[in-house]
Amino acid sequence: MSIDRRKFLKIAGLSGIGLGLSAADSLVKGKAHASEESSLPESGVRLALVIDIGKIRTDEDYKRITDACHSIHNVPSIPNTKHEVKWIWTDNYEHTFPDQTNEFIPHEMKEKRFLLLCNHCAKPPCVRVCPTKATFKRPDGIVAQDPHRCIGCRFCMAACPYGSRSFNWVDPRKYLDMNKTNPDYPTRTMGVVEKCTLCVERLARGLEPACVEVSNGAIVFGNLADPGSNVRKILSTHYTIIRKPAVGTQPSVFYVIGGGENAG
Amino acid sequence: MLDRALKGSKGYWTLVIILLGFIGAGSLAYLHQFNNGLGVTGMSRDVSWGFYISQFTFLVGVAASAVMLVIPYYLHNFKKFGRIVILGEFLAIASVTMCMTFIFVDMGQPMRIMNVILFPTPNSILFWDATVLNGYLFLNLVIGWATLHAEKKGVPPPAWSKPLIYLSIPWAVSIHTVTAFLYAGLPGRHFWLTAILAVRFLASAFAGGPALLILLALILRKYTKFDAGKEPIQAVAKIVAYAMCANVFLIGLEFFTAFYSNIPSHMHAFEFLYAHGNLVPLMWTSTILALLSLILIVPPKMRGNETILMWACIAIFISLWIDKGFGLVIGGFVPTPFDTVTEYWPTLTETTITLGVWALGFLVLTVLYKVAISVREELGTSGPPK
Ligand code: SF4
Ligand code: SF4
Ligand code: SF4
Repeated sequence: MSIDRRKFLKIAGLSGIGLGLSAADSLVKGKAHASEESSLPESGVRLALVIDIGKIRTDEDYKRITDACHSIHNVPSIPNTKHEVKWIWTDNYEHTFPDQTNEFIPHEMKEKRFLLLCNHCAKPPCVRVCPTKATFKRPDGIVAQDPHRCIGCRFCMAACPYGSRSFNWVDPRKYLDMNKTNPDYPTRTMGVVEKCTLCVERLARGLEPACVEVSNGAIVFGNLADPGSNVRKILSTHYTIIRKPAVGTQPSVFYVIGGGENAG
Repeated sequence: MLDRALKGSKGYWTLVIILLGFIGAGSLAYLHQFNNGLGVTGMSRDVSWGFYISQFTFLVGVAASAVMLVIPYYLHNFKKFGRIVILGEFLAIASVTMCMTFIFVDMGQPMRIMNVILFPTPNSILFWDATVLNGYLFLNLVIGWATLHAEKKGVPPPAWSKPLIYLSIPWAVSIHTVTAFLYAGLPGRHFWLTAILAVRFLASAFAGGPALLILLALILRKYTKFDAGKEPIQAVAKIVAYAMCANVFLIGLEFFTAFYSNIPSHMHAFEFLYAHGNLVPLMWTSTILALLSLILIVPPKMRGNETILMWACIAIFISLWIDKGFGLVIGGFVPTPFDTVTEYWPTLTETTITLGVWALGFLVLTVLYKVAISVREELGTSGPPK
């Protein structure tokens, strides 16, 4: 594991300085161009995930990660794909990066599975459109969702360019073994929207997100606003891509792609 | 004045009972949806808005179209619209009622509808849409009622109604513009991400709404003592003709931008709608009807013939209903964010609820028209104008 659990709290503490440094940095290098305006928040924290797809190999690896999330968050497994609820799932390169593909990409890329989840965008359209503030952005960059306030208008689903949100078309509890649910996490009702919450409930207890914990180092979690953070280190030494950069949402989930070199 | 809705001919009551029957069926279907969730509709994780929201979008246009009568009558003093303008205002009331009901039946948590007011969120277009729709409903209720009341008493409309009437003009434009913004402000939905969406909405509204109004006027002439008169109908027909031309032109612009630029994401939705999805037959029907209607309504000779005009209006109404009441919303969700295709088709429950809401709107319309016509019958001003 590339970050120890307590480190997260330290990140949060140091991040104030981090922001100052990065601002100075961009000034010195004369990079403060309008279009490159920093997406880093004043709070000094922008939580992010870096996913090294080279490090997730077998189907079991993927299943371990998605199951970890879905089981602790009581995400129902609904067989009808039209009514599916999913927080983290896999898909192929073409579906994950529909506008960054060409017909000649390496064969391994075409075969490869990618992990998809909410990007906790710096400029999230889902937050912009929500009429009740049921979807909101926290100062640490997490795009959170309050199911008790959600009116189920599904505007956020139309707005999210990444298909990251699920609606409870049917009663989710019918698809959960109520004896096996996680008692520490609520189940949801019909008629509300939900998605990955970046494990806010775990972060509050000083834990890392569940998918990160079981990923054997393939997913790294940290503070983007801190130039010394592990995520920034990986981003500065590896070539990473984000999903649909053209739509300007500035995702906080990065994918390390490419050969044998893997993230820290 | 409302008491006039309680005395009517056999035909009137038959219509009311039929509409109540549809409303009853719709209510039962809604109860089923309420208990079992929106999973009883054809919507899905990928196509998260369907029939309800598309009907809402279409009907906002019908509501906004009242302004096409209000402007000539009040702003340009076009006296001939005197007896028809109230029909437009009442049609607006009925349409906004349907719009609001469609939004309500589309909600996953309808019991929380007050959250929109309790937690006002100015950055959400939906908040503004709710605001302008409610305002428009209020304006038309007040204006329609005040003018009819004045007419009954044989006095000019009260002075305080003038500013409200003028306010209703930009307000009508705003309801459709704001509704277009619901769509046009979303990144990643290329079909909707077009600056001319609001203009397209207005053009189709000013064609579809008045076309419906002409049909209603013709029906009223046939089945009641009320005659709007040939001249006002012809004047409205001219408006329909111009607006429909603009609408077809604007759709053509969308095609050019998508296909000449050759950007796949901009072409996909059109390809799905017109070439390989389950809506292909419908969309082509819409296109053919649109072109046909232009042939029928643009030449003054054709338009002058009320039978041809009637068919042109039917063609326009169906064409625009398919285009906006179906294609626009579904086309926007296809392709999905993953560049895949998920088809959508409304279920029986969804269709029954939709019919129920339309019936509700028509009941409101029937009652309001009944009142207006009764008042005029009493005044002796319901016959054809001299
Ligand atoms: S990925 Fe979608 S749901 Fe998540 S923050 Fe971005 S826009 Fe919102
Ligand atoms: S469905 Fe819920 S979270 Fe989404 S926009 Fe509507 S109220 Fe907000
Ligand atoms: S961050 Fe937490 S909620 Fe989000 S996908 Fe990972 S485990 Fe699930």
